[in-house]
Amino acid sequence: MNIFVCVKQVPDTETKVVPTADGTYIETEAIKWIVNPYDEFAIEQALLLKADNGNATVTALRVGGIRDTEALRTALAMGVDRAILVEAPDNLDSYMAAKALNGALEKSEAKPDIIFTGKQAIDDDCLQVPGLLAQMLGIPSVCVVTKFACSEKKLTLEREIEGGAREVYEVDMPALVACNKGLNTPRFASLIGLRKAKNKEFIKYSLDEVGVSESDRKVIYSEFQFPPEKPPGKKFDASGDGDKGDIVKEVVGLLRNEAKVI
Amino acid sequence: MANILIFAEPQGNNVKSVTYEILGKLRDHNIHVGIVGQIPPKAKTQLANYGTKQIHFLTGESLASYSPDGYACALGELIKAHSFDYILGGATSVGKDVFPRLSGLLESGMASDVTNFSLEEDVIKGTRPLFAGKCLAKVEIQGPKPHLVTVRPNALGIPQEKCPTEANISEKAIPSITTAAVVKEIVKGTSEKLDLTEARIIVSGGRSLKSAENFAILHELADVLGATVGASRAAVDSGLAPHSMQVGQTGKTVSPVLYIACGISGAIQHLAGMRTSKIIVAINTDPDAPIFTKADYGIVGDLFEIVPLFTQEFKKILNAQ
Repeated sequence: MNIFVCVKQVPDTETKVVPTADGTYIETEAIKWIVNPYDEFAIEQALLLKADNGNATVTALRVGGIRDTEALRTALAMGVDRAILVEAPDNLDSYMAAKALNGALEKSEAKPDIIFTGKQAIDDDCLQVPGLLAQMLGIPSVCVVTKFACSEKKLTLEREIEGGAREVYEVDMPALVACNKGLNTPRFASLIGLRKAKNKEFIKYSLDEVGVSESDRKVIYSEFQFPPEKPPGKKFDASGDGDKGDIVKEVVGLLRNEAKVI
Repeated sequence: MANILIFAEPQGNNVKSVTYEILGKLRDHNIHVGIVGQIPPKAKTQLANYGTKQIHFLTGESLASYSPDGYACALGELIKAHSFDYILGGATSVGKDVFPRLSGLLESGMASDVTNFSLEEDVIKGTRPLFAGKCLAKVEIQGPKPHLVTVRPNALGIPQEKCPTEANISEKAIPSITTAAVVKEIVKGTSEKLDLTEARIIVSGGRSLKSAENFAILHELADVLGATVGASRAAVDSGLAPHSMQVGQTGKTVSPVLYIACGISGAIQHLAGMRTSKIIVAINTDPDAPIFTKADYGIVGDLFEIVPLFTQEFKKILNAQ
């Protein structure tokens, strides 16, 4: 069984994001990079599936800058068998990224039985690559998956929708599964894992080699900026022994008459 | 004048309100609305009141149950038949699932989850939050039409003024296709309320709630306000609430009219997910909690004392109406 897992490298969630002076992107020099948190659930699910299928191979795929290979190193250290990196600038749009992943899959010769991704990348929050890639491959996609079962190349999946409700799908492989938090508990990359990772197969392609060029770009970003700051609000102290009911009454009055939201 | 298709999703007797929010930004264009299945009873008149010229309802065997590939295919058929320039829809569960497939199918560019947009001189320009709202950027689409845009619910607001027109209705029968991923069953969630991403009011709790049972006081307040209950990552990771309730960078990014943060300190990744709320009320014992920097009305105090007082007070004024 050929299992693929797509990973992205994103700024840590605690990072303070700063737009560049010319507004074309964000400052990337001082950023701590991590594996996109949702992709960790994808890696874990790929490894769990491999554990149930003796002769399976798990390949991690990433499209992105070479400055840091944190995401793929983590994937290899967690237990992924080999890694493919498509070297690319940070600012590809979703269409280019999906096309690059598709191109890398074609080159890898192993026909995917299943592709895992995170449900979204927490940097550009576009949520496009899973659907785009599945459409390009002509395979079904189920996104925001919180429950996974596989039996004889048949998948039973639960997708989270509005209000915490879940849709149940039965899908034949090959398929793409975009994973959500709650699906599993990702293992940590152990020291031994990190050491082993160094000897694992690591393939690199250029964008050109996977058939992607600047002419594939469909989305242009500009004017990166901080969101407008709100003027300072009103603060009330209800920590003492005074009448808290009066304070609450005042705030409710403000919500109705000043903010006009009630 | 551009030819535009808005994909609308039924909700109760009407279509989701994000449809009307989108219509409000597109006066003076040739607007069509596409709905899978039957047109909800209230939608026909109201869609016309906001400027819809044509409503298509899509029918066919392969549309009987939801399927991302089936919906994308059906919309693709409708789009090809009418050569639309722009396709818009809400950034809802279905919108986020179907539009990327549609983008791949049509080989068209797509802007996800914009919080504002304009259509001038045949160019659609959007604004969208990135890094869960830590920054904003302008987004434009290039390449062959149609161009696709999903719009975040609640971000634009329902237009103040109507622009009534007559809406024609037509049925589009979609030839049967083999759909690969089809919903077999729907398991209901714990709440029948609006999803966090669509809620007008959110009451949200942090780890200070201490137990899952204590969320009951937030639910009581939410019931009075018709609000949806959310939670911080700290609360979710401590097992006080399910991930479907999480607001923030690794949860849901929300834009309600009113956000009431109870016992949430305001980690950067939480603030990113809720800062576009119109009005923020924060209740926290720590006067230096970062949440207060974003709050319109901050109350330094114990949520276990303050929240029930809010429930009482809101009950009083809302019942008096």
